[in-house]
Amino acid sequence: MLEITHLSKTFHAGTRNEVRPLQDVQLNVEAGSFVIVIGTNGSGKSTLLNAVAGAFPPDAGRISLAGHDITRWPEHRRARLIGRVFQNPFSGTAPGISIEENLAMATQRGTRRGLGWALPRSLCREFQERVGDLRMGLEGRLDTEIGSLSGGQRQALTLLMATWRRPELLLLDEHTAALDPRSADNVIRLTQQVISRDNLTTLMVTHSMQQAVHLGDRLIMMHGGRVIHDVQGAEKRNLRANDLLARFDEVRRMEELDPNAAEMLRRTYI
Amino acid sequence: MNLLIGALTIGLVLALLAIGVYISFRIADFADITVEGSLTLGAAVAATLLVAGVPPIWATLAGAVAGSAAGAVTGILHTRFNIHGLLSGILVMTALYSVNLRVMGRSNIPLLSVRNATDYADGLASRLTPSGRPLNVMGWDVATRDAAILLSALGLVAIIAVMLYLFFRTSLGTAMRCTGDNPQMARALGVDTGLMIIITLALSNFLSGLAGALLAQYQGFADVQMGLGMLVWGLASVTIGETLVRTRRLGLAITGAVMGSLLFRLLVAIALRLGLDPNDLKLITAAFVLGALILPGLAAKIRTPKREAPHA
Repeated sequence: MLEITHLSKTFHAGTRNEVRPLQDVQLNVEAGSFVIVIGTNGSGKSTLLNAVAGAFPPDAGRISLAGHDITRWPEHRRARLIGRVFQNPFSGTAPGISIEENLAMATQRGTRRGLGWALPRSLCREFQERVGDLRMGLEGRLDTEIGSLSGGQRQALTLLMATWRRPELLLLDEHTAALDPRSADNVIRLTQQVISRDNLTTLMVTHSMQQAVHLGDRLIMMHGGRVIHDVQGAEKRNLRANDLLARFDEVRRMEELDPNAAEMLRRTYI
Repeated sequence: MNLLIGALTIGLVLALLAIGVYISFRIADFADITVEGSLTLGAAVAATLLVAGVPPIWATLAGAVAGSAAGAVTGILHTRFNIHGLLSGILVMTALYSVNLRVMGRSNIPLLSVRNATDYADGLASRLTPSGRPLNVMGWDVATRDAAILLSALGLVAIIAVMLYLFFRTSLGTAMRCTGDNPQMARALGVDTGLMIIITLALSNFLSGLAGALLAQYQGFADVQMGLGMLVWGLASVTIGETLVRTRRLGLAITGAVMGSLLFRLLVAIALRLGLDPNDLKLITAAFVLGALILPGLAAKIRTPKREAPHA
């Protein structure tokens, strides 16, 4: 379904601020697989999602999705295949237009937009039903500006919008990190519902060990722009939060070790 | 009374410019100074064609289309070559100054003696008062021809405003509004935001070119300087309109821009009548827009400390 081969990206190359968030990343995701992505800050997990979404062109490597080589596709063209929910609840919706017009935009994700009405009556009824399913009491005021809603409400709507047309791939970039615990739980519940209902192929970045352990059927851990652990099947099902914390400790020890080891090598060989 | 009629007519013609500025500034969130050049371009193209004997309707339309082409160029510079939005506009505006001189062949073309769009109003005028006598409006005598021109301008602006309102409710129009509101969201939903900006600027400058073409025909000449300060003029109309309607909802905002243009032209006419030096007009307009832009923020700053106090 999603095949990432030898993907590399360097930002600010040749300057003091040079960062290499993706180094020769290899990842194959099967159709219908729900992959959790964890890692330390700056490990490249969000960059990986952005590379797949098309926010920037990679320096090297290839991304293919659902049989298309999308490496050179611009972001808006990839949207035909990809649904996205961002970390910032304000990123996924247009604040100045109404809830129903935002939803109407989502019903046409990736299609040509012409001079037909954005809001045909038949759609409005469907909007009421599916917004009603979110149980947030918004179905009665679909004509209000979406900017007046809370972050949790907007994130739930963004999720609904990203999956209104079934995407080949759903990208969730820490989509509950900026929400209060109750809203976060609600959005996670809705996320699980839609992923299992539509059998969506999903990449979800998270910082929550609880989410990482309880969600998904596969987990990858990134560090320094590489995938350093890949856990699936029974091993993923039996994974506990302590196992993950132990792996983070391991990464930390490796980092502490590295400068010492380099110093030792220098003394020995130079 | 004639002063009032004249002010209202020019206010209506420039309302098209105001709607154009509303589209680029508010809907696309793009301060587009191209309008200063495209307004003159619209006037220049229309005037040149009129002098060559082209029927007024086609000459006017050609002026508007030329304006939209200028807007599209600004959009292409900005989106395809990553040039800063304001700079793209400045480049096109500067280039248009020479283009306009080339189109006209000189700096000024008089239009009083050629058949132009105001002549279309004559038909309406003869229907208003078949006798040809001046019209009596609330005790004032009004030249029938002036009244007919005013009514025609009102009809035209109303039709264009309604068409734009309907257009912005279509799928394409909604995608354009989303692009200005949240480009990240628009791209994530498959909207080619670059293309949307180009279309929006083309539409905005179409209106600016149309306003220029009509203004030249109404005032009886096209002049290479006539676009000067028009962006700020449009911004003034938009901000007055927003104060009047107090909402950013689409339909009311467009109506507001029209009302703002009318009111602003009226205020200017009164100020000039009271002895304001015309040379100071642009300074006062700029100061006015500055005030309209910073006052809401200042008012909020003065009010918030009191309200926030209990939280601190």
